[in-house]
Amino acid sequence: MTEQAPALILLIPFLTSILVAMIGIAYRGICWYLALISLAGSVCASFTTLIRVLDEGVIRYHMGGWAPPFGIEFRVDALNALVSIAVSVVAFITLVYSKERVETESPNKVSQYYTLFLLLITGLLGIVLTGDAFNLYVLLEVSALTSYALIAMGPKRATLAAFKYLIMGTIGASFYLLGVGYLYIKTGSLNMFDIQEQIVANDLQQSPTILVAFILITVGLWIKMAFFPLHAWLPNSYAFAPTTSSSIMGPLVTKVMIYVMVRMVLTVFGPVYTFEVLNWNEIVVWLSVIAILASSIGALAQTDLRKMLTFLIIAEVGYMVGGTWLANEAGMTGTIYHIISDAFMTLCVFLFAGIIFAKTNRRDINAVDGMFKKMPMTMIGFIVGAFSLIGIPPTAGFFSKWYLIQGGIESGNWEYVVALLISSLINAVLFFRIIEIAFFGRKPVEGHDHHHGDLHSKICEAPASQLISLWGTAAILLLIGLYNKDIAGIIQDFLLQFNLATGG
Amino acid sequence: MTDTIISFTPVLAALVSLIAVIPIALLRKKPNLREIATFAAGIVKFLLVLSMLPAILSGSKIEYTLWQILPNMAIEFRVDSMGMLFGLVASSLWIITSLYSIGYMRGLKEHSQTRFFSFFAVSLSATIGVAFSANLFTLYLFYEMLSLATYPLVTHHQDKEARTGGRTYLTYLLTTSIGFVLPALIFVYLKTGSSMDFVPGGFLEGHIGAEAALLLLLLFTFGFAKAGIMPFHSWLPGAMVAPTPVSALLHAVAVVKVGVFCILRVYSGVFGIDFLCDLNLGTIITWIAAFTIVVSSLVALSQDNLKRRLAFSTIGQLSYIVLGMALLTPKGVSGGIMHIAMHAFGKITLFFCAGAIFEATGRKYISQMVGIGKQMPITMAAFFIGSLSVIGIPLAGGFWSKFYLLLGTVEDGQWTMLVVLLTSSLLNAAYFFPISFRAFFCKPEDSQFENKVDEAHPCAVIALATTALITAILFVYPEPFFSLAEAAAAKFTNP
Repeated sequence: MTEQAPALILLIPFLTSILVAMIGIAYRGICWYLALISLAGSVCASFTTLIRVLDEGVIRYHMGGWAPPFGIEFRVDALNALVSIAVSVVAFITLVYSKERVETESPNKVSQYYTLFLLLITGLLGIVLTGDAFNLYVLLEVSALTSYALIAMGPKRATLAAFKYLIMGTIGASFYLLGVGYLYIKTGSLNMFDIQEQIVANDLQQSPTILVAFILITVGLWIKMAFFPLHAWLPNSYAFAPTTSSSIMGPLVTKVMIYVMVRMVLTVFGPVYTFEVLNWNEIVVWLSVIAILASSIGALAQTDLRKMLTFLIIAEVGYMVGGTWLANEAGMTGTIYHIISDAFMTLCVFLFAGIIFAKTNRRDINAVDGMFKKMPMTMIGFIVGAFSLIGIPPTAGFFSKWYLIQGGIESGNWEYVVALLISSLINAVLFFRIIEIAFFGRKPVEGHDHHHGDLHSKICEAPASQLISLWGTAAILLLIGLYNKDIAGIIQDFLLQFNLATGG
Repeated sequence: MTDTIISFTPVLAALVSLIAVIPIALLRKKPNLREIATFAAGIVKFLLVLSMLPAILSGSKIEYTLWQILPNMAIEFRVDSMGMLFGLVASSLWIITSLYSIGYMRGLKEHSQTRFFSFFAVSLSATIGVAFSANLFTLYLFYEMLSLATYPLVTHHQDKEARTGGRTYLTYLLTTSIGFVLPALIFVYLKTGSSMDFVPGGFLEGHIGAEAALLLLLLFTFGFAKAGIMPFHSWLPGAMVAPTPVSALLHAVAVVKVGVFCILRVYSGVFGIDFLCDLNLGTIITWIAAFTIVVSSLVALSQDNLKRRLAFSTIGQLSYIVLGMALLTPKGVSGGIMHIAMHAFGKITLFFCAGAIFEATGRKYISQMVGIGKQMPITMAAFFIGSLSVIGIPLAGGFWSKFYLLLGTVEDGQWTMLVVLLTSSLLNAAYFFPISFRAFFCKPEDSQFENKVDEAHPCAVIALATTALITAILFVYPEPFFSLAEAAAAKFTNP
């Protein structure tokens, strides 16, 4: 079994999705259980794979036994293994959360929902695991098409948002495909590792074709990850989608795209080409600074809870693009660590937004009015996520910032350091605004000799499935923080081969 | 040579009040049992701290590494003389404050008392955590924990005023800690590549130049805004919206002293007294502190709200501690460290009195307190002793720390600072004595009290009498704080 683990990670959800599509229509109740079992399998396979990678080094898995460069190769190193764990665990937690919500939000489409959900996860896991640039495109489309559908399941405005996303997503994916085409013309290969070897072997680093391919792929990915100012499709899509859909896409889709960007920079083009031959480091870092600041300020202007969170996702994308182009080990470690920690942070706050929406049926921030009294357990879970986004130790978010700021100081990009700190402070404002409303109620009473009658409302917590998923995420955030040394250690060992700059 | 003892006790001392939150929360329906849980935790905590005292006095250190969180950086505890002094002050005063809280909260029939006692316990965990931190990272961790844990206490009343106070509180404390301390922390980590362990004599020397050192010093000094150095002091008067026990223990002892304690730790353990001396950085800090001392004393004169006057007085007194350290002389440093303890006992007495007056009469303003001495003699006598200590007049413990601070300025020939300290003492007298004087000696027709007023809840009276008594005793017998401060100063100035 363990030899097949890399393939099983995505084959289990893929095959289950077909099963769900076939028998789910007749037996609606069974869908959730099938999906749960399959994702549990996926999580186990991901962990098995990581353990194997740490033991044996890179795993090369040839799909159907065809050897590369002709066959499709899954090339699993520490980077994919870590990200695939994050993806499968986030998917699993969201699924637990979805149990009641899908029944209420899309009552007539339960089996369709789970089919799409599993296909989306299959696509995302495939993107993470594959070692083939064209195969990646196919899976990119698989995940994109399912996301459009998952978003469009929401209320009316979601349909328009999904359409906008479809247009932008297709443009992004086409850019990527075009870029891969250019690479294929020059190198004659679609295997990521092989492309890199061909570029070096044939001394193609000065070739304009490669340059065009690089630009097309990077911009395509920037559109797909909603890097400011290419972000316009994201806020409405995630804010109006069903809460279950936004809880899975908010944390994962952008983060997986960041992974692809890191993979392209490190494996396909190579850090030497990206950082030394092209040397656009300063420009890209400045772009990321603008992205971080603009979207943080954008978040301040929102009154819709989930929309505010979507702007935070965009700001975090800025963190990671900037972190990559700091072009040193600490920055890259921070980026990869942040892929994982941000996935869980975003999940935590989106689950919270979902729970609040489920309880109050309201989207605005004021819906959390008096929640410390009504849902104390939910608020505790939320506070861990909020503290992580602000960057308070020992949550995961603190250590992402720790590595990223370290990278910024080492490369001398002080503007990036300042942007990160300002963004942390803005996050503090954003989340304490919510905490304040939840703590004081929307209209605090004047004077101090009053009896707080209105605040003594009964406790009415979220259903267990939602609470468990929220608390699970919060616990994972603390664990990632406390075990950051080990996770960062895996990432740093992986980065050794690329000879990135270290030290100050 | 000092020997190092590996022991779990410091961790336990920090965590015991955090664990106590569980019984406190579970016993929310039975207030008497809940308060017993608070007391039990307080006494256990105090005894744990006390049990380490003999070893510290004999010159040993107690260490424990809890968790290796980053390569060569850990959540680590270490008890030394200065940490011991602060730990003793905070843990002993928590017991007395708990007694006082019971009287105050029940007397005023406050809401959400369980939340109040729970977060009080968490705050104390963070405070002891700071006192026993072995490195900069652990210190920062508990520093942030304290900011966040005290927020529900500051905003306890949940009204508009509390919201404004809470906003100011967090804005100041989080902006400075994330904006200043965090980058400084990472910079230090990068430049030295070390575990950021506090060592007497510091570890920065040789790693950074003079300009970087100055910048770092300012980032740390202003970044630990809990110390209330101007212009980052406004959160403290704002935090006075909290119930008085919070103002008393947290905003006269725990929170503010954590601020100065962090500054002292960074000066002594990160920079090192010698390094600061070589770069002549002490002078800059003494001027910053002197400015805060004089200005805050002047502002205090103009305040009519008693708690606000006390808050501005605290801001000034905190800068005494920083000033003492920045003198970089053995006497100055030990005076500064001693002032942590001496000021704590004096100021907490004053806050207890302010709260007792409010509870008994509902009055907050000094102008309404004329003639109160005849109504509440015990409270006002305690108030008098407390103010003696803060001013630094014999018969109260505060005399010793101020005396050493003055010796410190003379030792180094810093005559300007000597003048600043003396001026400030005069100003302190000017804003404290009239309160006591008019409380006891006023013409019957001037008295603001027509009907007889009783003393506050007995718990509150016992608490404030106890702290006043300790303040007086500290004049006659300033141990163990005197020896601890001396030992710490000796180690810092002569590593």
